[in-house]
Amino acid sequence: MARLELDSVGKAFGAVHCADGLSLVVEPGEIVAVFGPSGGGKTVLLRMIAGMFEPDDGDILVGGRSIVGAPPEQRGVGMAFQNFALFPHMSAQENIASGLRAKVGSGEVASRVTSISRLLKIEHVLGHMPRELSNGQKQRTALARALIGNPEVLLLDDPLRNVDAKLRYEMRLELPSLLRRSSAAVLYVTQDYREAMAIADRIAVLINGRLVQVGRPEEIYARPASVAVARLFGDPSINLAEVTPQAVQGALCAEIAGTRVLLESDERTPVDHGVCWLGVRPDDLVIARDFGEGAIPARIVAITPMHERAVLLLRFADGTEWLAALPPDAMVGSAEDSVFVRFAPDAALLFDRATGLRIGPQQRRQAA
Amino acid sequence: MDHSSLAGRIFRGVALALVLVFFMFPIVWILLMSFQTNEQILRIPPHILFEPTLANYEALISGQLRTAAGNLEISFMRNLMNSFVLSSAAVLLALLLGVPAAYAFARFKFRLGESIAFTLLSFRFAPPLLVLLPLSLYYQELGLNDTYFGIVWVYQLIALPLILWIVRGYFEDISPDIEHAYRLAGHTWREAFTRIAVPLAGPGIAAAGLLSFIFCWNNFVFALILASADKQPVTVGALAFVTASGIQYGQIAAAIVLSVTPTLLLALYAQRYLVEGLSLGAVKG
Repeated sequence: MARLELDSVGKAFGAVHCADGLSLVVEPGEIVAVFGPSGGGKTVLLRMIAGMFEPDDGDILVGGRSIVGAPPEQRGVGMAFQNFALFPHMSAQENIASGLRAKVGSGEVASRVTSISRLLKIEHVLGHMPRELSNGQKQRTALARALIGNPEVLLLDDPLRNVDAKLRYEMRLELPSLLRRSSAAVLYVTQDYREAMAIADRIAVLINGRLVQVGRPEEIYARPASVAVARLFGDPSINLAEVTPQAVQGALCAEIAGTRVLLESDERTPVDHGVCWLGVRPDDLVIARDFGEGAIPARIVAITPMHERAVLLLRFADGTEWLAALPPDAMVGSAEDSVFVRFAPDAALLFDRATGLRIGPQQRRQAA
Repeated sequence: MDHSSLAGRIFRGVALALVLVFFMFPIVWILLMSFQTNEQILRIPPHILFEPTLANYEALISGQLRTAAGNLEISFMRNLMNSFVLSSAAVLLALLLGVPAAYAFARFKFRLGESIAFTLLSFRFAPPLLVLLPLSLYYQELGLNDTYFGIVWVYQLIALPLILWIVRGYFEDISPDIEHAYRLAGHTWREAFTRIAVPLAGPGIAAAGLLSFIFCWNNFVFALILASADKQPVTVGALAFVTASGIQYGQIAAAIVLSVTPTLLLALYAQRYLVEGLSLGAVKG
């Protein structure tokens, strides 16, 4: 099988840069999730690989061979579209069979369609027309059509966007093993960080046409490259406070709402960095009734019970509002209660206020 | 529909009947006229009851028109045949040219694309009489006067813009992703066009073809000027019944019935496609 290489690919529509020096390598059998906010250039990237747009500059290689300028049918690329893009005038069977690029006998076609549809659990609807299929079945049919030709590169454009929540969970569990079976280099576009973390070997974070960070899911979660990345991963999203870290008695400290908190530091952390963003994930906050060192006094403004945890809206003395996510059994107090908020020094992330880039220790604990 | 009150239903029935009478009356009246002799038709007051005669149809089919001034040769059946040949050929040619062109206009942005498309549509704006005089001069020079091909060509002014603009809308309604998906599966753009785009735009192509067939069939003025008697369609052929010894109303009526029947049958048969096709284009999927 072949690896997919993007070599500083650039594409602009007018003044909008949809892709700006994108470089990425996807090994055969690897699943890389392209994740980012909408309008970040994810779909344009896929379409450049598929041959619907050509990049303005840079090169796209499959197995070391440039595919730029080649017509879509000669690129060895399979794709599943967000809107399924099934052929409405063909049955599911014909839809899937159309994906077989090699000219094989009708018996061979039938047996391969049967085996792939059994794998995707749609063999009972093969005779149906697309309009008679549920969204889940449509999505599986589209996936079967993309997989049956054994493409060297498989592009999945948010394939779970239009299916219901239950199926989405199921497919998140099934997809990785299914995709690995094909040993294609897989690019998986999604807008859901959980989906990206569940399915991908690596995640490429694409914001405004630039790859901001590429890494393993837990790496990106624990060590986001910038405030923007940190904000995208996590629900509720990360709490931020503007701080000016200072060295006090050899330790790095910051002041949040009048309370001095201890920060993790190593020799690479500049002590006099100036104004920074300090970020703490809602899951890393500990709420207590009693005062302790580094505990920030806060008032609970509201509590939103979510299925497996409760989300607390906290307000500090200076008006800063943070969110905390707690397991239900760790609940203390109710709305309007005064509490104290703490977090471990290594739970705090520091970002430069001007550039948004993360500063501070490179080695971090793994995400929970 | 929940108009179940008696008054409402009666009112709707009456309204429908009025509309039906308004639209159907000329056709019914002509059908009745076609079974009457000239004397019966010109009687005042007109009679609803009469002894039907097939003389009009006989005269048309045999090509012998008996008038007070003697026998006249008429070539009505030949005119009818000409109408068939000319309209079918014109629509076929327009489909062959127009469907790929419509696809190009729908899918590709190219320089002057919109201007070309609009120019083609603008052929429908100009009154035919305006272009006829220069056209007939050119035709004489090119030797296209009084040829089937010449008339089929000039019918493209009617059929091509219609097909181009209707079918273009259908192609635009098909998600390009569907064709991309087909191409990624290893098919060329030509295969994507013939196996995906054309079948999906099928109802629209059928509707456009049918409409342009009817427009071509009903055309009068192009063939009147550009063709001689043996190439003329039925619309022009009907003029033969205005004879020196008077207007043959009975035969005209029979001729109208015969010439309307094919398009009427075609429209009835294709009604499903026509309604489905035209409304499908109106609603974005």
